[in-house]
Amino acid sequence: MGEVSPGGWEDKAARGLAFLRRRLNGEYEVDDFGFDPDLNDHVLMNVLRPLYEKYFRVGVSGIENVPAEGGALIVANHSGTVPVDALMTQVALLDHHPARRHLRMLAADLVFTLPFVGELSRKMGHTLACNPDAERLLRGGEVVAVFPEGFKGVGKPFSQRYRLQRFGRGGFVSAALRTGVPIIPVSIVGAEEIYPKIADLKPLARLMGLPYFPITPTFPLLGPLGLVPLPTKWHIAFGEPIPTSGYEPGAADDPMLVFDLTDRVRETIQDTLYRLLLQRRSVFF
Amino acid sequence: MLVIGADGLLGRFVVEALRAHGSVRFVAGADGADASGSPAIARLIADADPDTVVHLGLEPRPSKAGGRAAMKERNVIGTMQVLAACSRAPGLHRLVVKSSGAVYGCAPRDPALFAEDTPPHQPPTSGYGKDVAEAEGYVRGFARRRPDVAVSVLRFAPFAGPGVASPLLDYLTMPVVPTVLGYDPRLQFVHIDDAVRAMVLAAVGAHPGTYNVAADGALLLSQITRRLGRPTFPVVSFGAGFFGGLIRRAGVTDFTPDQVALVRYGRVLDTARIKARLGWEPRYTTAQALRAHAEAVGLTPVVPGWTKGY
Repeated sequence: MGEVSPGGWEDKAARGLAFLRRRLNGEYEVDDFGFDPDLNDHVLMNVLRPLYEKYFRVGVSGIENVPAEGGALIVANHSGTVPVDALMTQVALLDHHPARRHLRMLAADLVFTLPFVGELSRKMGHTLACNPDAERLLRGGEVVAVFPEGFKGVGKPFSQRYRLQRFGRGGFVSAALRTGVPIIPVSIVGAEEIYPKIADLKPLARLMGLPYFPITPTFPLLGPLGLVPLPTKWHIAFGEPIPTSGYEPGAADDPMLVFDLTDRVRETIQDTLYRLLLQRRSVFF
Repeated sequence: MLVIGADGLLGRFVVEALRAHGSVRFVAGADGADASGSPAIARLIADADPDTVVHLGLEPRPSKAGGRAAMKERNVIGTMQVLAACSRAPGLHRLVVKSSGAVYGCAPRDPALFAEDTPPHQPPTSGYGKDVAEAEGYVRGFARRRPDVAVSVLRFAPFAGPGVASPLLDYLTMPVVPTVLGYDPRLQFVHIDDAVRAMVLAAVGAHPGTYNVAADGALLLSQITRRLGRPTFPVVSFGAGFFGGLIRRAGVTDFTPDQVALVRYGRVLDTARIKARLGWEPRYTTAQALRAHAEAVGLTPVVPGWTKGY
């Protein structure tokens, strides 16, 4: 009879049983936004982790730019036809940040109208992309991520890859200014090639109430097999924080300042993307 | 001080609390049903010339008001009559109206928490929510006409606690709880004692404005059913009518379309304003309020071994 080392299977089984008991009794906490850290950390992230580590082999740099505590606003490029990039950034921050921080994503309203998707999204800590929610989270000291390109970014054609789309009205900048949290520009390389969208069936998209209906070389040609993303090699670069706390009160309502900061964030992400692309050996390795 | 709708549970508790409160000289209660149609309420207000009117007459349950049409009559026309009488009461200084978070409706495109000035994405188009929205509209009109009266509107989360009966609580305590497949809403309650304290604070001090009143924290529907030991039965929703009909057939007669939307999309209120201005602090969280309720009705878990109860 050998001794059971800590972290051995008995430990794991005990932890698993404790988790099951908590779930069945409802003895876990969710916050006002519906974030369920117990489920997120113990189940949902475990599902995504193989995708992150084995499939996309995500490399991370500059994660120390995210503060260990207090609010911060992560602004990243959005791509890939299906927003997998957001989920991978969430795994990166939980697994590789020394403080194991949870990323609170601001998602499009479409997400919350869909059954299952909306439910899961809230349990993962995401909420609707609107200023009241963003500011409430930032004031509460959370790391919030926003993808200002929105559907223009996720749904852009393959030919437009790594070209940042328009950055909306800069609502994210005013949210950061109002709460005085730093903006961290994040550039994601690799996500833009997972589903090369070569055409868009607009009438079908309209019929289904979707922003676009993608045609890729494999979808819908190969049916469900076409849903498998290409195994590209990813890199997520967290950039230098841009401070927003030095401005006078009311700065959030100054459109010139908001536009300036928006442009600065956008250019930083775009420049980093081009630099990372030059360093990349191949799309897949 | 005159309390309209003193026949309800909240009304009885509020009258009791106001009587216990030293600074109130005289508390009169009137039946909620008096407010609708009959001139009695106008005469009462004219005769009493109260300093403060507390209007608790809004009724969310169609069966209690005698059908949906009568409920609308009582809620909207009743409120109009109370306000008309109030506008002729020279001694009136304060008006406190019990409203409801139903006024925000529920839609997936709303922010996670409703603050008092959050414009609803989909204002309620039917049922109690619409009544409340219309009644609030008349109250705002009254506040403009009588700037000398401090008008407070309190928007409550659903009540829970000993003695409370509501279609939402009936639904949550069904032996098997049907849920809408693919949705797990955030629900929030307020303990009836906390609600009474908020009403009393508003009635004895002048705090004009609109205030959300809700317990801290939210619970997911799945979490509530697990804590109460209720198995769930996810139902594919073929529209709100189907789901609502199912629940009504199962015995929760007042499960209106508003409530179907609530158990699909959920609603959480932001209570920062009432805490800052009235100094109100809830003594029960949402979880504690539900627990108090379950204990008071002696709810036994249906699925033994799943849970210790509540």
